[in-house]
Amino acid sequence: MTDATANGKPQMLTTADGKPLKEALNRAQARARRKAFLLVLPLLAFILITFVTPIAQMLHQSVYNEGFVMHEDIGSGERTPIMTNIKTWFDENPAGTEPNEEAFAALHKDFLLLRELRAPGQAGTRVNYERGGSRSMFTKTARRAERMEAPYMEAFLDVDEEWTDPELWRVMRDASSAYTFNFYLAALDRTKNVDGEIVNVDENRQIYVKLFARTLFLSVLITFLTFLLGYPIAHLLATLPLRYSNLLMIFVLLPFWTSLLVRTTSWMVLLQSQGVVNDALVGMGLLGDDNRLQMMYNQIGTVVAMTHILLPFMVLPLYSVMRPINPSYVRAARSLGATSWTAFRRIYFPQTVPGIGAGALLVFILAVGYYITPALVGGADGQLISNLIAFHMQNSLNWSLAAALAALLLAGILILYWLYDRLIGIDNLKLG
Amino acid sequence: MADVNRDDAFVVFDRVQKSYDGETLVVKDLNLSMPRGEFLTMLGPSGSGKTTCLMMLAGFETATHGEILLGGKPINNIPPHKRGIGMVFQNYALFPHMTVAENLSFPLEVRGIDKSTREGKIKRALDMVQMGQFGNRRPAQLSGGQQQRIALARALVFEPELVLMDEPLGALDKQLREHMQFEITRLAHELGITTVYVTHDQTEALTMSDRVAVFDDGRIQQLAAPDTLYEEPQNSFVAQFIGENNTLEGVITAIKGDLCEVKLDSGEIIDAKPVNVSEVGQRTRVSIRPERVEMNRSRLQAGAHTLKAEVLEFIYMGDIFRTRLRVAGNEDFVVKTRNAPDQVRTEPGQQIEIGWLPQDCRALDA
Repeated sequence: MTDATANGKPQMLTTADGKPLKEALNRAQARARRKAFLLVLPLLAFILITFVTPIAQMLHQSVYNEGFVMHEDIGSGERTPIMTNIKTWFDENPAGTEPNEEAFAALHKDFLLLRELRAPGQAGTRVNYERGGSRSMFTKTARRAERMEAPYMEAFLDVDEEWTDPELWRVMRDASSAYTFNFYLAALDRTKNVDGEIVNVDENRQIYVKLFARTLFLSVLITFLTFLLGYPIAHLLATLPLRYSNLLMIFVLLPFWTSLLVRTTSWMVLLQSQGVVNDALVGMGLLGDDNRLQMMYNQIGTVVAMTHILLPFMVLPLYSVMRPINPSYVRAARSLGATSWTAFRRIYFPQTVPGIGAGALLVFILAVGYYITPALVGGADGQLISNLIAFHMQNSLNWSLAAALAALLLAGILILYWLYDRLIGIDNLKLG
Repeated sequence: MADVNRDDAFVVFDRVQKSYDGETLVVKDLNLSMPRGEFLTMLGPSGSGKTTCLMMLAGFETATHGEILLGGKPINNIPPHKRGIGMVFQNYALFPHMTVAENLSFPLEVRGIDKSTREGKIKRALDMVQMGQFGNRRPAQLSGGQQQRIALARALVFEPELVLMDEPLGALDKQLREHMQFEITRLAHELGITTVYVTHDQTEALTMSDRVAVFDDGRIQQLAAPDTLYEEPQNSFVAQFIGENNTLEGVITAIKGDLCEVKLDSGEIIDAKPVNVSEVGQRTRVSIRPERVEMNRSRLQAGAHTLKAEVLEFIYMGDIFRTRLRVAGNEDFVVKTRNAPDQVRTEPGQQIEIGWLPQDCRALDA
């Protein structure tokens, strides 16, 4: 609000007919604002439905798993709480209490319900996520639950001796509340021991941290390679006469217009041990027929194919930054006494940094989440974290773990984004 | 054309030719020599080869044939950064990622000058263009005129002996341009630097330069001081390009000493001064400046030549009157008269008689 302070007293500015000016301005602009809002409404709704909601749901899934607490009938959709008796026992007894007859009696009641709902597999699966072999114990026990008689502890042990395993009871205790951070622990190769302390999992079962590290390393490598290859291309594109640069641009964009699958499979044709590259090397006598290079189903395959596929994402932002750089800057630097290298280093290169930042960020974020290419050409060695996320989504059906892995990936990218903003500044980003 | 002895000359173009595509010559046989301290302007329409000449001198283009000498040494094979020539670009080319002071520091840094000396020089250069307060600004925070000053300071800060300017005032508004014209000439003369200035603006060329080289079609059409250029154009291109000009076409019928007789296409016979015509029967374009034509009979001097004319348009411009006439079939014949108390004001349709001195009327090539 503007104060007319001619006589020291703030004075409200008014329109000609005496209404407050600010109010009149708001009213005059309200219509335009409403119209503008209506225009973006479809996009807003689209983003909300297809982007924000799924991500929120994914994040929720990563800390929430009701496999051990709720049964939902697929047909009727009816929801029945399960394992309620043992939950009560867990609430009454602190962690680490050895299971007594009372506990097994509660468990027996719960198993009767499970049997009725045909849900022992579901509950067993939830426990199985953290302790292998539990699912079959649950189904086996449920089958014999109706015939069991007190004392239940013995009856359970009769079915399987593992029923007094403290690890099992630790897992069941954790699973009996739907909200848990155990999936995040698992995603970081950590687990809880019997006393509820956080410890590393066995060395031969530590895979996720290693995979995160590999994903990060390969993504940085690929980003660097695309920069190395893309910078001269972008420079050439930006300086060639339009006639030639258009042609070259088509070559850069051609991969964009080709299906990702086709591009990846053509790399398979090139790189496999009976492939074009190996055949050519053998044909030229540079390589013996019996020691052909293994360029696929390992990290080399992933790096080569992904560098090629992500190259345009580096070239285009670079190009868009380089194109408007007037050649007279470099000329001016040269006339002022700089060698061509100094002129490049001190004048041209700094002006392309926003493009490098944009390209690198784009390529890196895409690379970190890349899935199809490593799945096809990566083999065991060249898998990235997203391949494991897909595995948990599709094969092991441990969606909560998949969600936790994905959430960690998301958090990592957000941290990098924040770092980038601190170091280079997001407003320096230039995509076009 | 080389009216300066080649041995004293600071900048020499010796039979320089330039072709970009191997088929057409952009610069055809350029010969030029400049003494130290001269302010020379290359003036010409776009595509006349003037910028190419400047770029060859700066080292961004190589001459296809011929030699360019700087201070007596051929520089054809010297890369631009070793020529030590200051240059002001059309778009100023101030480095956008550096402050003004860093921009000025750049040429000194690459020359390995130590920090304290650098600071002194930068301060002096900024004060010289009255921009001492702006050292910490970025170029984008400056107005066009201020950027222009900084570009000038940057070209001068490492004390080059030769400064090139490529249409440096093109982007400024009229008032600022006139002011900067004055500033640049003042600086050039104060510092005694040799300046090559490229422009397509003839006013700029006339007001700033010691000598002007008029370019057209890859050649220097005339190289002379501004007054000579305006008053004694050597051919009809220069007459047309510099200032306003009236032309009447005709055929030479007689040549007597420093006067010739021209029979205009409309039948009238006039006297003119032959400039680059030599034979009777040759076609010619007679050129006469609008301000040398007199409409007031009483003001005509003895020996003046008179012709009938019809007024087509009379424009009152305050200090002058601009009258468009039909003269000998030419409907674009313009007369400029000073707004004096005894000057006649005409009206369209009026039949009048105009006159001029035969010396002011130059018979040029057709």
